[in-house]
Amino acid sequence: MADLDRAGIEELLDLADHFTEVLERDIPKVPALRGATVATLFFETSTRTRLSFEKAAKALSADVLNFNPSGSSLSKGESLKDTVLTVQAMGVDVMVVRHQAVGAPARVASWVDCPVINAGDGAHQHPTQALLDALTLRRRFGKLDGLRIAIVGDIRNSRVARSNIDAFTALGAGVTLVAPPTLLPLEVDSYPVATSTDLDSILGELDVLYLLRVQLERGSGPVLPSLPEYVARFGLDRRRFGLLDKDAVVMHPGPMNRGIEIATDVADDPRALITEQVGNGVAARMAVMFRLLSGRGQP
Amino acid sequence: MIQTTPVQVMDGADVRRAISRIAHEISERHHGAENLVLIGIHTRGVPIAEGIARAISEFEDVHVPVGELDVGFYRDDLDQRPTTRLGRTLLPVDVTNEIVVLVDDVLYTGRTIRAALDAISDLGRPAAVELAVLVDRGHRQLPIRADYVGKNLPTSLQERVTVRVEAMDQEQGVWIERPQP
Repeated sequence: MADLDRAGIEELLDLADHFTEVLERDIPKVPALRGATVATLFFETSTRTRLSFEKAAKALSADVLNFNPSGSSLSKGESLKDTVLTVQAMGVDVMVVRHQAVGAPARVASWVDCPVINAGDGAHQHPTQALLDALTLRRRFGKLDGLRIAIVGDIRNSRVARSNIDAFTALGAGVTLVAPPTLLPLEVDSYPVATSTDLDSILGELDVLYLLRVQLERGSGPVLPSLPEYVARFGLDRRRFGLLDKDAVVMHPGPMNRGIEIATDVADDPRALITEQVGNGVAARMAVMFRLLSGRGQP
Repeated sequence: MIQTTPVQVMDGADVRRAISRIAHEISERHHGAENLVLIGIHTRGVPIAEGIARAISEFEDVHVPVGELDVGFYRDDLDQRPTTRLGRTLLPVDVTNEIVVLVDDVLYTGRTIRAALDAISDLGRPAAVELAVLVDRGHRQLPIRADYVGKNLPTSLQERVTVRVEAMDQEQGVWIERPQP
């Protein structure tokens, strides 16, 4: 995400705006990428992101190959490199790669000739999530300049947080990370952000409250004091929701742990943009694929 | 670098008269302007469509809705030419069972119109689709013709036709650029 400057991000958001219009049509599909093949390679499980990329590719009339590592030759001992080279040999125009290892998509990109889209690598980056979040905020507020955004939760283990810090600050928003000290990244001093350990004290100043999932599978567990204590200090319940400005919005990348980082009635409030985020995810991914693949046959 | 000298072939008043005549031809053919939707193709087709709609409303007691269409996602050369800036696609009414008049500034190969027809069929099922253009410069590559033409302008393939409209360019007219030997 950090490779894109403001103009680069805004170009993609402008494209995504066009695709949100396409997705609202009775026939939500354009022939822009007819004849192109998109391969999704999710070495780490995911439902929404893979479905979102698949829907985006199909809305552009591209063909989709889904690679599923369980039951593949990977379980027979084939290396990652041989796997992606095999997929490339079948003829694909872009690969969408998610992997639990940091840098894996970049590594894949060095092996293959086609463009590679990072769909999340370990705790490192998740750039299309940041694009869809920026798109959601731009459609809501018109621009991100001057927005006060708090990202709350397990920042240390969150690729969403890292990509969103890059995108939000590049677009002019002010970002505050809110978490227990054990869940802040070690390198936090190098980020262009503020930090806080007291959610209640800043709620009234926010335009956007961005909640992260408590990722027990990615190691939130051992560094959390205790889950009930986390919920008591950082969970968004009705009381805290009431402390927000009336125009402030709540976001969450999903999947939600209802009752932990977000109370169930708050998650269903119209000011929670969680389902809008999902819808905008398709448009944002269409923009990335279209940008990478239009002009692909140029000599 | 090829040197070119633009020659003006229509001035602002000529363009205004052509738009007014097209407006009359449309209402004459349809005995009024009921069930009509004008759809301008980005970029210059949009202000021309608005001009035609305004002209129609001056002599028919009907407001003709004007839509905008960007055919960028429907181009047949997307894999050869990367994306350029896109305009918005906005239809004020459902086009199903309406008479759609597509409006563009210059009719040339016909490929833009082919793309527009595909886009329209994704957006609804009009009763009929017609085509109005300010300039027809020939050299069709597809079996497409215009129903309403502001000016037939014979050109060579080397020439460039430029349309400017008041609403967008602060000047109005049609120019042709001929390459100098």
